[in-house]
Amino acid sequence: MTAVLALIGRSTLGLARYSQGLYRLTRDTAYWTFVAPFKGRGFKGQAAIHQMVMAGVNSIPIVGTISVFVGIILALQGAYAMRNIGAGPYYIALLVGVAMTRELGPLITAIIVAGRSGSAFAAEIGTMKVSEEIDALEAMGLNSIKYLVVPKYLALLVMMPCLTILSDAAGILGGGIFQMYQLDQTFLMFLAATRDTLVMRDIWTGLIKSLVFGLIIAKVGCYEGFAVRGGAEGVGKATTSSVVISIFLVIAADVVFTALFYYTS
Amino acid sequence: MIRVENLVTSYNGRRILNNVNLEVQAGETMVILGGSGTGKSTLLRHIIRLELPTSGHVYIKNQDICHMPEDRFNLLRAKIGMLFQSAALFNSMTVEENVALPLRELTRLEDSTIRIMTRIKLDLVGLGGFENYMPSELSGGMKKRAGLARALAMDPEILLFDEPSAGLDPITAAGIDNLILKLHKAFHMTIVVVTHEMASAFTIADRITVMDQGEVIATGTPEEIRASKHPKVQQFLNRTPVDETLDAQAYLRSLTQS
Repeated sequence: MTAVLALIGRSTLGLARYSQGLYRLTRDTAYWTFVAPFKGRGFKGQAAIHQMVMAGVNSIPIVGTISVFVGIILALQGAYAMRNIGAGPYYIALLVGVAMTRELGPLITAIIVAGRSGSAFAAEIGTMKVSEEIDALEAMGLNSIKYLVVPKYLALLVMMPCLTILSDAAGILGGGIFQMYQLDQTFLMFLAATRDTLVMRDIWTGLIKSLVFGLIIAKVGCYEGFAVRGGAEGVGKATTSSVVISIFLVIAADVVFTALFYYTS
Repeated sequence: MIRVENLVTSYNGRRILNNVNLEVQAGETMVILGGSGTGKSTLLRHIIRLELPTSGHVYIKNQDICHMPEDRFNLLRAKIGMLFQSAALFNSMTVEENVALPLRELTRLEDSTIRIMTRIKLDLVGLGGFENYMPSELSGGMKKRAGLARALAMDPEILLFDEPSAGLDPITAAGIDNLILKLHKAFHMTIVVVTHEMASAFTIADRITVMDQGEVIATGTPEEIRASKHPKVQQFLNRTPVDETLDAQAYLRSLTQS
């Protein structure tokens, strides 16, 4: 019994320390992103653009492809479920459109970016930590958050909504492909039905979620990198942890925001 | 120039530095000598404020850096150069970009001026012509030289070396020692070198501080250290291994307890 209580206590303390560390990193990043440049303390614009290309532009093929597949899957499952109630193709367009824009577009994008970029952030910063490169930056009087975290943070804040829009479009395209080949609808008919069913709120709720997800992925990836201990094994653990924790927090945030948007609609 | 007073540091309840007192005069080369795990590198990290002590003070140019705001200390840091044990070059940048980094970020010099200054520093350490090499293409000794060129980029008044000869063959290590001597003679910098290599220490030092188990056990000129009667200093100088007397009962307990 004592051992169980001790485990609960240790886990709670560990969670509190982790949350405190994440909060501090978020606070410092916010300062170096939104305050410091206006105080003449510089801004790593080129590094941010480089990270946008790495995290955003290079993710286009995989996000697009997976989103098309998700759209096709949604349409297939939707058609199967609605067959029993005699619902027509219009409702499949509604299902695919709403599900992609409000939920699956931001969520699928976040999961891909967490696996691809969040882990890369943790690995890059973790490797720099074990090879004393971060110490070298600090020893030169250069703030490691300004140089390493802010560009990544900005990259995801900009590119997550962009990738989400791409994901939404690709998913809707996937649904349209199914409709064309299975339900004898033209693509224009599908697009018209999607346009008629979607409202702006569907799109911007998804984009707001994508911003929050991007923030979570950047923070967790960078934090895990800074927390690396113990050489190559530590870097490996941090990389895995960043993906797992990012996805968990993204889905937890998704629950909160989905409920918020539902109860305020 | 550098003064350490009653410095105490602990990690996870284990005391690493125990009331360390040290003074480094301006323009001298101080070597901190000691075995592995004696706290030498930890002391160096406190001098550059990569870590903060549990108690005690570190003064650089009579300013207490332990309680100084980060912004103010960064102005002081611009006058301190450090060569890390692994050189700590940024692997995504060329040698030239590594050396130029502090100049680009901390000065308003033109790119052309920065390029010239970078090449001067690289020539100084014998790496002229290697500007476009990546760190992964350099040997261990070359990485140290590149790291040293970067430490020299801002013309520092204080140079810190963490185990400069670690991992190098004797000839390359001697080359690094000669470079330290050359820099000291040419620029009269204050130099602090952490090492466990006795040959290096007695070649380059004006004064030597010997550490053991987180404490300073002797300080003096190389001759004074050689003549020291402290048993641990003599043990270190004579490379006498520690005489481990085995307590049989304690050993059995450690094997059998859960």
